[in-house]
Amino acid sequence: MLHFILRRLLLLIPVIVGLTIIMFAIARLLPGDPVALAAGPNATQAEIAALAVEYGLDQPIWVQYGHYVSGLVHGDLGTSLLTRRPVAADIKAYLPATLELVFAAMFIAVAVGIPLGLVTAVWRNRWPDYLAQVGAIGAISMPRFFLGLLLQLCFAMWLMWLPLGGRLPIVVIPPRFVTGFLTIDSLIAGNWNAFFMSLRHLALPAIAMSLSPLATIMRMMRASTIEVMQQDYVMTARALGLPSRKIITKYVARNAVSATLTVIGLYFGWLLGGTVLVETVFDWPGLGLYATKAIVSQDMMPVIGVALVIGLLFVFANLVIDLLYGVINPKVRYS
Amino acid sequence: MTTTEHNSADDFATPRRDRLRRAFFRFSQSKLSMLGAAIVAVVIFFTVFGAVLAPYPNHVAGGVDTASRFIPPSAAHPFGTNELGQDVLSLVMAGTTVSVLAGFGVVLIGSVIGTLVGAVAGFARGWVDEVLMRLTDLTLTIPGLILAMAIAAALGSGFGNMVIAIALSWWPGYARLVRGEVLAAREEVYVTAARALGATPKRILFRHILPNVVSPIIVKMSLDMGFAILTVAGLGFIGIGVRPPTPEWGTLLSISRSYMPDYWWTAMAPGMAMFLAVFGFNLLGDGLRDILDPKARR
Repeated sequence: MLHFILRRLLLLIPVIVGLTIIMFAIARLLPGDPVALAAGPNATQAEIAALAVEYGLDQPIWVQYGHYVSGLVHGDLGTSLLTRRPVAADIKAYLPATLELVFAAMFIAVAVGIPLGLVTAVWRNRWPDYLAQVGAIGAISMPRFFLGLLLQLCFAMWLMWLPLGGRLPIVVIPPRFVTGFLTIDSLIAGNWNAFFMSLRHLALPAIAMSLSPLATIMRMMRASTIEVMQQDYVMTARALGLPSRKIITKYVARNAVSATLTVIGLYFGWLLGGTVLVETVFDWPGLGLYATKAIVSQDMMPVIGVALVIGLLFVFANLVIDLLYGVINPKVRYS
Repeated sequence: MTTTEHNSADDFATPRRDRLRRAFFRFSQSKLSMLGAAIVAVVIFFTVFGAVLAPYPNHVAGGVDTASRFIPPSAAHPFGTNELGQDVLSLVMAGTTVSVLAGFGVVLIGSVIGTLVGAVAGFARGWVDEVLMRLTDLTLTIPGLILAMAIAAALGSGFGNMVIAIALSWWPGYARLVRGEVLAAREEVYVTAARALGATPKRILFRHILPNVVSPIIVKMSLDMGFAILTVAGLGFIGIGVRPPTPEWGTLLSISRSYMPDYWWTAMAPGMAMFLAVFGFNLLGDGLRDILDPKARR
């Protein structure tokens, strides 16, 4: 198993190299002049040239790439032209917000989607099942940013139950940085007020993010449950007179979940890259918002950094899922 | 392709028209598929005639009417007016053209690139396959929306640039799908027969194999249409894409955000239009998958 993990981790190296080359190629395509943009409207030609020299942008692209790769080995992702801060520091500040949002959304999607998939499979071809199937297609079709806007309008502006955006009210002092997840950090600090505040801020964006994976997980779970329910061992369990609730929860659910796991892994990566729109709506200070601001001002270093980090997390998430197969289904062998 | 009740000899004798009729019959048995087809028909109708049929064509062209800003929904303006006094319904009707054409463009370009890459990889095998598929995997790991945003920002705003930007992040799914299909198809007897008759590899791939793997590609294209429309709207929402006064759903929604909650109606028509169009294409795609690709049916 250790051998398996090590080999998979080694595979990350070509991914890193490939990702940086692709993103550098796109940066090269830029017809605009990011240096002039960063220097400001009143900058003289000399000032722009000085800035370009300072950031090494006057050199040929392969020299820039070489510098980037040698920095990468030391965990240096370059410097943002816009914030004038190291990209690695920026990402370290923004990544936890995005991860917290994705984990919360994934939690809702799995906690609701898997039971719902089981139930609709058991009730197959009856009206609650039809309703859930149509609802699922509706949920997948709903633009997340429109859903976010509707949630904001309803719960934040009209009912005023939940906050409009952000991670914490300005008046609340954030807990000391441990994991970067405000919910967990405030629990570690024993600050219940901050915990509930951060949870309230998390609710709407997490719901807006969770709807589409919830529907997909439900459909996947329904399909694999129906397949498992036709297996011989389920028939045997039934013939042995086991109560059907026990058959469903103990034998069917466990086997059906392993097929659904792949979807969960894929969705994790997809959500990581798809937070952009929800973060924009809810002003959530995460990677998506950071990348958007950088892209609009043609500041490529942060964009390369974000793409790299998300790409690596995506590969890593799929490795975790592969390992989870073995936990759920002991027949799986790693080779 | 055909139902299992018929034996192969019967299938062989069945003319193509008959099979199509049977497929259409099965499609029409599903109420949801028919609903999807109906919605898509309406959406396509507005794609073509939306700008012409809009009740206030001068607003579509960019005309403003500051005297009637932010009128709530009424008989004259069923979805109200926006910050420039323009009729929201007219803008949304005309916006169908950009959103649907862009979505179609993305799917078309993405599927053509992906099919070529996948077909060549699956047919050539060896190092060509290895190189092409590693490139495909790599593109898949880059978050699609961020890649599209970066390319769109690099190319500059405009309809064509936006479509190309999204399409360049859209092809890997097709490459994987087509490679798998081609790998399976190249072992079929008809390929061996064509080879025995002396057909060139190019001819075998394009005249014999590809026509036989076209159904899953069409199914994926119809399922992708909705998501492509969503992505186009998402880019518009962020502010990368076509520029006003060209009406586009995502841009309309993003502008209306600044006027919440007092002028909430400005967001409803573009949002609902997006939802309905995507819903229609998804229902249609599901229905098409059931008749064209019975293996994938659940």
